Amino acid sequence: MSLPKAVEAGNAFSIQSTGSGRATLYIVGPEQVLKRDIRLGETTFFPSGSLYNAGRYLAVLTGDSSTESGSFDVIPAHKPVNLSFLARPSRLPVGLHDGITGAVYVFDAYHNLITVPTQVSFELSNPYGAVQKRVALTQDGAAWTAMDSTAQQGVDKFAARIGDVLSARVVIQVAGDPCGLKMSATKSGQALQLVTDPVRDCNGNAVPDGTIVTFTEAYSGGQSTVDVPLKRGIAEVQMAGHNGATISVASGVVLGNQIRWEK
Amino acid sequence: MSKGPLLAAILAGATVALVVIGTVWPVPSAVAYAGSGSLLHSSSSPEEAVANLGDEIRAQAWDKAYASLANKAQFTEPEFVHDLTGYYPSLLTYTTLDKFEVRPIHASADDAEMELKLHWATVVGSSVSTRDLHVVRNGDHWEPEWPIVKEPMVPPQVIAVNYLRWDVIYRGPGDDWGAQDVETPHVRIVDMHPIERADGVVILGELLNEDVVPAYVSVTATLLSKNQSPMATEGSFDKISHVLLPKQVTPFFIKFANVSLSDVGSIRMTPLSALVAATADPVIEIGNQELHPDPDASLTGQLINQSGQVVNVAHVLGTFYDKSGKVVWIADEYVDQALLPQTPVPFEIHIPEDLARDISTQRTVVATYSFGGSQ
Repeated sequence: MSLPKAVEAGNAFSIQSTGSGRATLYIVGPEQVLKRDIRLGETTFFPSGSLYNAGRYLAVLTGDSSTESGSFDVIPAHKPVNLSFLARPSRLPVGLHDGITGAVYVFDAYHNLITVPTQVSFELSNPYGAVQKRVALTQDGAAWTAMDSTAQQGVDKFAARIGDVLSARVVIQVAGDPCGLKMSATKSGQALQLVTDPVRDCNGNAVPDGTIVTFTEAYSGGQSTVDVPLKRGIAEVQMAGHNGATISVASGVVLGNQIRWEK
Repeated sequence: MSKGPLLAAILAGATVALVVIGTVWPVPSAVAYAGSGSLLHSSSSPEEAVANLGDEIRAQAWDKAYASLANKAQFTEPEFVHDLTGYYPSLLTYTTLDKFEVRPIHASADDAEMELKLHWATVVGSSVSTRDLHVVRNGDHWEPEWPIVKEPMVPPQVIAVNYLRWDVIYRGPGDDWGAQDVETPHVRIVDMHPIERADGVVILGELLNEDVVPAYVSVTATLLSKNQSPMATEGSFDKISHVLLPKQVTPFFIKFANVSLSDVGSIRMTPLSALVAATADPVIEIGNQELHPDPDASLTGQLINQSGQVVNVAHVLGTFYDKSGKVVWIADEYVDQALLPQTPVPFEIHIPEDLARDISTQRTVVATYSFGGSQ
């Protein structure tokens, strides 16, 4: 029996046998078994797509009086067809060095991992036209890179490409912690109306609505607090406004300005 | 010889005997709870009149309790029942009276002042409420006057609410292996330290949601011995505000009973977070917060629901700091009545007396739960 040394996944191949009479040829490999009744001394042809899982295959030829066996490899196809692209995280604050990582696994048409070193291009682009590019060579079928999140929030496209094969992910860059948190106070009837300026991070990005802003009014013998979510970029609330009260504003671990209220 | 059959026969005989004794000579409380008798004594003194009222409340015999009141002309029986169990669904709606205490305050020949302390067994533990009752003599017996607290009425109105709501769509089962899922919220422990108490070690800390989406959070701590082997693992359970909106901070409190801090080599903290659908409504103002020194050190204040939605259960968590800003204690209280829009509801959080003198400032947060949704 004459076996090929290696067969590319999905390719046609043939096996030449010797002798005469009838026999059965078995080919056993990863998740695949083929059985052919053959005439010894002839060439058995296997069409394209017969063997497609990469790995080591065992060929066993069983005749009336003898059994012969041998092995050969099915190797991944050379042409990448699928890229499994893991981009992390899908959401992060702006301005983080190497905050975004991407890892690519390169597969052929039959989802065999292509272990031949292959060049992968990574590209991170934001809606404002800024583009970061990296090139990496796969090692054992995988390539990876790290990118910086930019200073502007938005929905970025993170793509990995080999030739005309592309896999893209979305990375949402969001505003960082509030910066320069500032409020103002005005009298509203018997109460005090507190309103923040539009809340932005240190890069000027608007902090998203729903972010909690805490107003605290401390007065002689007590205090009042309210957690208010940002709405349309600002937070506003009415508080009692005790005479001589100190009113402060904060969001998370960021402190804003203080106001001393005298009626 | 096996003694099993003999033991079984003895147990069966004893059971039959006890059933017969309990049926023929039942204890009074069993008769009362079975509905064919009464625990009530004659109301020949103010204490007995109030104790009878307590027994009737515990048995949920509302008609008898209402009938025993001297001032029932001032309110209806449903108003009396609602005053005890809540006008809107709240913690007290699903509770029973575990026990009560009666304490005389003042008495004369014709009237008396009595304190009735009610210990309710709620799903989150004991809740105590106290009512001062005026008791009056009526012929040969005494009748209590119930200090009715009528629920404030919220005028019919339409309140426009346009706060944010977050919903979450996760990746589907058919998505590619490398396909992205929605990112888990990023949370961070911004403060943590253990303290030793008489009954064990307590870990106090604060957790920040530093993300732009709501997070469902909890914290787990593992105590490691000097040789770094795990000693015990505990979670914050309900001593935390579980739903954090973006940039919101919650205290957390983890207790390890019967552990000495001197045996602990290090502590492994594990904050957990998960995306959760949430709404930025309702907004609760925590007003008139006052720290009261010992004795009976406490933090008092009132919750004011600034939204249009009724809040059924409110959980108040207080974080107490010393002069240097270090957390010295965390305590909580469930408010046992619903929060109606713009209606102040008081709360009181007790502080251990040995720590009260160290407390300089505090920060209070409130977690709210509404039937049909929670925050």
